[in-house]
Amino acid sequence: MSNPLRIFVPVKRVIDYAVKVRVNPAKTDVDRSVKHSMNPFDEIAVEEAVRIKEKNKTTEVVAISCGSAKAQETLRTALAMGADSAVHVEIKDDSTLQPLAVAKLLKAYTDKQEKKPDLFILGKQAIDDDANQTGQMLAGLLNWPQTTFASKVEFEGEALKVTREIDGGLETLKTKMPAIITTDLRLNEPRYASLPNIMKAKKKPLTKITPEDLGVDISPRIETLKVEEPAKRQGGHTVDSVDDLLDKLKNEAKVL
Amino acid sequence: MLSSATSRFLRQTGVSAQRYYSSGAAANTLLFVEHKDGVISNATLNALTAANQLGGSVTALVAGDAPDAIAKSIGDYQGVSKVLTATDASYEKNLAEDVTSLLLAVQNKYNFTHIVGGHTAVGKNVFPRAAALLDVAPISDITAVESNDTFVRPIYAGNAIATVKSNDSVKFVTVRGTAFESAAAGGDAAAVEAAPGADKVGVTEWVGEDIQKSDRPDLGSASRVISGGRGMKNGENFKLLYDMADKMGAAVGASRAAVDAGFVDNSLQVGQTGKIVAPELYIAVGISGAIQHLAGMKDSKTIVAINKDADAPIFQVADYGLVADLFDAVPEITEKL
Repeated sequence: MSNPLRIFVPVKRVIDYAVKVRVNPAKTDVDRSVKHSMNPFDEIAVEEAVRIKEKNKTTEVVAISCGSAKAQETLRTALAMGADSAVHVEIKDDSTLQPLAVAKLLKAYTDKQEKKPDLFILGKQAIDDDANQTGQMLAGLLNWPQTTFASKVEFEGEALKVTREIDGGLETLKTKMPAIITTDLRLNEPRYASLPNIMKAKKKPLTKITPEDLGVDISPRIETLKVEEPAKRQGGHTVDSVDDLLDKLKNEAKVL
Repeated sequence: MLSSATSRFLRQTGVSAQRYYSSGAAANTLLFVEHKDGVISNATLNALTAANQLGGSVTALVAGDAPDAIAKSIGDYQGVSKVLTATDASYEKNLAEDVTSLLLAVQNKYNFTHIVGGHTAVGKNVFPRAAALLDVAPISDITAVESNDTFVRPIYAGNAIATVKSNDSVKFVTVRGTAFESAAAGGDAAAVEAAPGADKVGVTEWVGEDIQKSDRPDLGSASRVISGGRGMKNGENFKLLYDMADKMGAAVGASRAAVDAGFVDNSLQVGQTGKIVAPELYIAVGISGAIQHLAGMKDSKTIVAINKDADAPIFQVADYGLVADLFDAVPEITEKL
């Protein structure tokens, strides 16, 4: 692997995965006044970058987030996990920020770097829009190879060997850096930030820039016409015994 | 009935009569055909149904090291009017960089209005890359087609349903298989022609794969699914589910907890980030029912939950809940089937 290695890790602030989201009364969006945290797949991305750094001390890990002022909390979490510095692309209203715009912002930021990154590690999808697009789009815009849904990342000299979770099993690809990796759940188990590291993270450098600095138009290309609650299931009926269950499945639901 | 003048006009402009009745500009759709070991993926046949709902014509793109047999086969499906074939070993492995290069070459030549494929590991990998290079925002995992430019898709693990409108000139759309019927075979055979040549990127090399072999039905398209969760306690106990599945002709799935604990392979995971299933019958055994799991199965027709914890959230969505120890209940069901 090239030495020193420079890794960029984009992270997103999303509604916490454990929160049951509700559609707002105007049916235009979900209620966002709830607990937020770092997108779980991004935690895995930060963890992987920090693990690479632990094996290869000269590695530099830069966390990047595009979003409102509150995205800085998410960047501080990444710094507390072990990222060296953070970049905040501040978006006043990030409720309509879409993957294509984020990919363009990341591409523009990369183009401006004197010292280009060797690797981007992103989560495979954000659990809010469930799009699963940004990493692939960034790879296309940069014209870099992509290895998505990674469950294992290895370096073999200058080559990058990635095991991917595909339908039906696993697939292994070998590619060159610079490259894009997106993380799947099984890649690693993210660490918790310790209190001393959270304190130290407050002193790590955080650079603020704007889409205008990068010359990127972030206006949404997809318009959300409405957001609705999913159809409610009429569940909640219990049966007394296996016989009762089999009888209901045969005669009532007629699925056996 | 169309007047003869209108019919003539439609023929001259190459617009089918079916197209005439749907709203908006005429769709001219490219269907990306996913195939493995000589078989067209179910997801592609579901995506074809969505493509047909756009109206207009559907051209299928088959890429692989020997695409001809698949090309002939997809050409027989209803709604496919033309098939393009592209031959290269890197297409067989669906390497994103090379398939993207092909999609762009095809799009440059034919100017499709829609590019449609299954929301599978392959579709998810390739479509956003190609879309970004055309400066288009793709639309992932649609569950309904409202019109040529308006689609329905779940967000927040299916806890909200968004209706979205694309203002781009080309719509890249990946389709949730379980939300659309499989397209019907038995149409007229479609003409086959070679796709335009594309630059070989060749930056990524396919090393190998480890595919889980199973004699049971495919999880994504099975009409009955039995899933086990953390309550199964270990991988050996999944034999109880396999026995029941064999009697029912069902596929076996699992919750993330069961996969993470190493009970079964991750290709069996049902949920927001695993497989989305919507069978006639879904039986959740020893699964508590986290939001992320429900996202993968709550569109099943009938849901059965077997759990000894009467307060488990799974019971709120289950049509039939049995509060019992799975180690008693499952063997009893298998015996009585």
